Amino acid sequence: MRMVSFTLNGKPAVALVGLVESLRDVLREQLHVHSVKAGCGQGGCGSCTVLMDGEPIVSCLLSAALAEGREITTVDGIGTPTSLHPLQQAFYDNFAAQCGFCTAGMITVAKALLDHNPHPTRAEILEALSGNLCRCTGYLPIIRAIEDAAARMDGGR
Amino acid sequence: MKQLGIVGQSVRRRDGIGHVTGQTQFVDDVTYPNMLWLRMVRSPAARGLIRRIDTSRAEAYPGVATVVTWKDVPNNWYTILCLIGVEPNDEPVLAQEEVMWQGEPIAAVVAETETIAREAAALVRVDIEPLPAVRDVFEALAPGAPIIKKWGTNTFMYEGMPMRRVRFGDVDKAFAEADHIIEGSYQVTPYEHAPLETQACVVKPEPDGRLTIHSNTQALYFTMDNTAIILKVPSHRLHMIGGTVGGGFGGKVDVVTEPVTAIAAMKTGRPVKWRWTRAEEFQASSTSGGWRMEYTDGVKNDGRIIARKVRALHDAGAYHRHSPYGVTKHSANLQGPYYIPNVWVDAYCVYTNRQPASALRGFGVTPASFAAEVQMDRIANTVGLDPWAIRFINAYRNGQTKAIRKKVEDATLIETLQAAAKLVNHPLPEKFLAMHSNDWKEA
Amino acid sequence: MAKKRGRGLAALHYPTGMNLGGDPTQALIYAQPTGAFVVKLASTDLGQGLKTVVGQIAAEALSVPLDSVIVDTGDTDTAPHCMGTFASRATHRVGNAVMMAANEAKHALLEVAARELEASPRDLVMADGEIWVRGSPTRKTTVFAVALAAHFKHGTTISGRGIFLKPKSPLDPETGACDPDSTEAHVTTVADVEVDTETGEVRVLKLSSAYEVGRQVNPKMVEGQIVGGAVMGTGIALMESCFPGYPALEPHPASFNEYVMMGAADVPEIESVVLEYPSVDGPYGVKGVGEMTANSPLPAIVNAIHDALGVWITELPVTPEKVLRALEGTAGGT
Repeated sequence: MRMVSFTLNGKPAVALVGLVESLRDVLREQLHVHSVKAGCGQGGCGSCTVLMDGEPIVSCLLSAALAEGREITTVDGIGTPTSLHPLQQAFYDNFAAQCGFCTAGMITVAKALLDHNPHPTRAEILEALSGNLCRCTGYLPIIRAIEDAAARMDGGR
Repeated sequence: MKQLGIVGQSVRRRDGIGHVTGQTQFVDDVTYPNMLWLRMVRSPAARGLIRRIDTSRAEAYPGVATVVTWKDVPNNWYTILCLIGVEPNDEPVLAQEEVMWQGEPIAAVVAETETIAREAAALVRVDIEPLPAVRDVFEALAPGAPIIKKWGTNTFMYEGMPMRRVRFGDVDKAFAEADHIIEGSYQVTPYEHAPLETQACVVKPEPDGRLTIHSNTQALYFTMDNTAIILKVPSHRLHMIGGTVGGGFGGKVDVVTEPVTAIAAMKTGRPVKWRWTRAEEFQASSTSGGWRMEYTDGVKNDGRIIARKVRALHDAGAYHRHSPYGVTKHSANLQGPYYIPNVWVDAYCVYTNRQPASALRGFGVTPASFAAEVQMDRIANTVGLDPWAIRFINAYRNGQTKAIRKKVEDATLIETLQAAAKLVNHPLPEKFLAMHSNDWKEA
Repeated sequence: MAKKRGRGLAALHYPTGMNLGGDPTQALIYAQPTGAFVVKLASTDLGQGLKTVVGQIAAEALSVPLDSVIVDTGDTDTAPHCMGTFASRATHRVGNAVMMAANEAKHALLEVAARELEASPRDLVMADGEIWVRGSPTRKTTVFAVALAAHFKHGTTISGRGIFLKPKSPLDPETGACDPDSTEAHVTTVADVEVDTETGEVRVLKLSSAYEVGRQVNPKMVEGQIVGGAVMGTGIALMESCFPGYPALEPHPASFNEYVMMGAADVPEIESVVLEYPSVDGPYGVKGVGEMTANSPLPAIVNAIHDALGVWITELPVTPEKVLRALEGTAGGT
């Protein structure tokens, strides 16, 4: 067991982690960040996606110890009910969530995409979503929501 | 159609903000102080006799609170299905004398963390004397096949018969009158619901002796009543909390999570969580069933189907679950949205030594619609009509009688054919555009 | 070595309700003192949006603003029985139970309003949280005031109970005669596919559908089922198998890496129109839609493949291997 310190959604966080404990489990069980979902534990579904120094990673496959000193962002750091990020507003307006289980991961990946590439083509959006599964929506409303958010953030240009 | 106010409006979801902020609470987000984690030990063999279950090393593993086996289950049967005519009891909650499929639950290790539970689960030793396994429906029905069900056949018995029957009109007479006999074989293999959220429950013993059960079941009362029967407690001792499910698709209907977790909570006096792993969802949770369907249709030159004979074999896997019901639903819907005056169906619910099948989106109707609609194109091909024409000619109308002897009501197939043709810019002859679902009058 | 295109058609029905019936649902509705209405259910929202449509049905039936309706589900200590969400039953059965409860609660509300306004309940109109006497709009009150009066002045409950049960149908074992469902929805789907005859890969280019669903409570959410079902159905038709070597027990996928499912890049163009022919007994004519949407792609795609290649591949999933075998004239189809 060892102490790990990192920044979580802009605030300092400290956790006690075992050798093979995943960042996903540390976030969920110790730090009570439940927006990060346990969908598969195999890196296959993307519902545990968080940003590490701005890059999307599947937190179920990352050893928590490797978060030392890094900046971790979850959907909680992207927006809140009283201060929605345009992506969240667009997902809400475009019915891009049905059961909601994949949604945090989708929004997190989309945030990283738009941070790096404010005007993504549809092909670039599909590439960015290639690690995130959804069983309910059929993806189209999610794709539309990301395009909608990009347009809104662009001032509607 | 009556104009309404809020019904008919695309109002945004009332749980939408919760979803997009990651704040919607799912069962796995429920946590209690002092909570234990459960991990299931499952059969490595497809079929065999259990000679010994040795949990001693697991029980002694540091951090393990208890191990639950069949001995701890007051009524070791998944029994509520008798309420929908599915009998006799055939599936134990935890395997006792035999295993019937690779993945069957045998023992539940309950420990301080999920990791410890997983490590200790590997220490449970089960000695199984293998028996010959039956892998598919043809093997199961072949003469001399190993009989794997205790009532003496590998099929579900529907009122004394090994198949669900539909008998409408006189197919043999109609076949004799047909201009074409068209056959087709269709097969669907098992697939998985794969919701993003796996099955899970948290059971908390309350000071007043009740159990609070947080569950992502699709059916709260069904789960509660079934669990009560298994625990041999009155239903009012149980309190189910749920209603927010991360995808169901029929995969969260069988009561395979709550009873064992509840027993673990009662045994330890502590809250217990069981969250199915993704590997378990794929390899141990119920799947859709495999189906093999053989169609023989008698068709006139003008395209009318005057006789249909179907033999359908459903691979239910090792246990009933909802399969006998699904085969009945399949048979009741097999004729589809068409008028066929002579129908004969024999639909078998067949048991094999594989992962049990149960409800999945479209249950029983999915394979029927698949087979019937591909058969429709085969018919079109054979009689020289196009796929649109064959469907207009055979579409049912309000007032006609279905093979299950119910009058057609609320028919709109013709209208969807017309609207779809318009959508894809496919020109239809006037005679089809003039049809509608109310244009049939009894002679 | 070519990409061949084909079009295929499928026309389906789907029944609403647990097969043979006998699947009840109950609802309870009561007003709070300040005029909000609580709908108590033990039903489950799987993501299809039941909580939202229940709110809409309750608000419509009660004639109150949508945001004054609280939907509470599901807790067996505080809500009556619901059979569950499956068999495309939820909007139909839960909706009917909610309507029945709402009608009783609204009747109670109007009785109190009538006393407050010294009019007959039959002469009252309700809209947007207000209640007034037909033809005399100045004789008015609010739902808020009436609820308060009911609680603290008249000592009257404003509540309603609802249940919907399609009685269990008998089934004749000899003939199969039965009454299996409450109503049927319908769909015609046209699939346009492109098959790569070198790799065997089938790409679904477009799914065009005309759905008939009785009544759309929430059109965007019906569209959600159509698109979600189309994608799931496409995956089932082309990719998904728990036992890729069926009936062999191995291989047996254990992860999303091994069990192939549709990803965002696999999604075809999806276009649909929705017709509404109200059902005889659905709430506002609703029929179920959730399952049918994943059924129609299966045969439409297989028929489209036949149109493209001239071979019937009748065993699902239609993997590239099966396509290549069929083109070679070997196993995989008849």
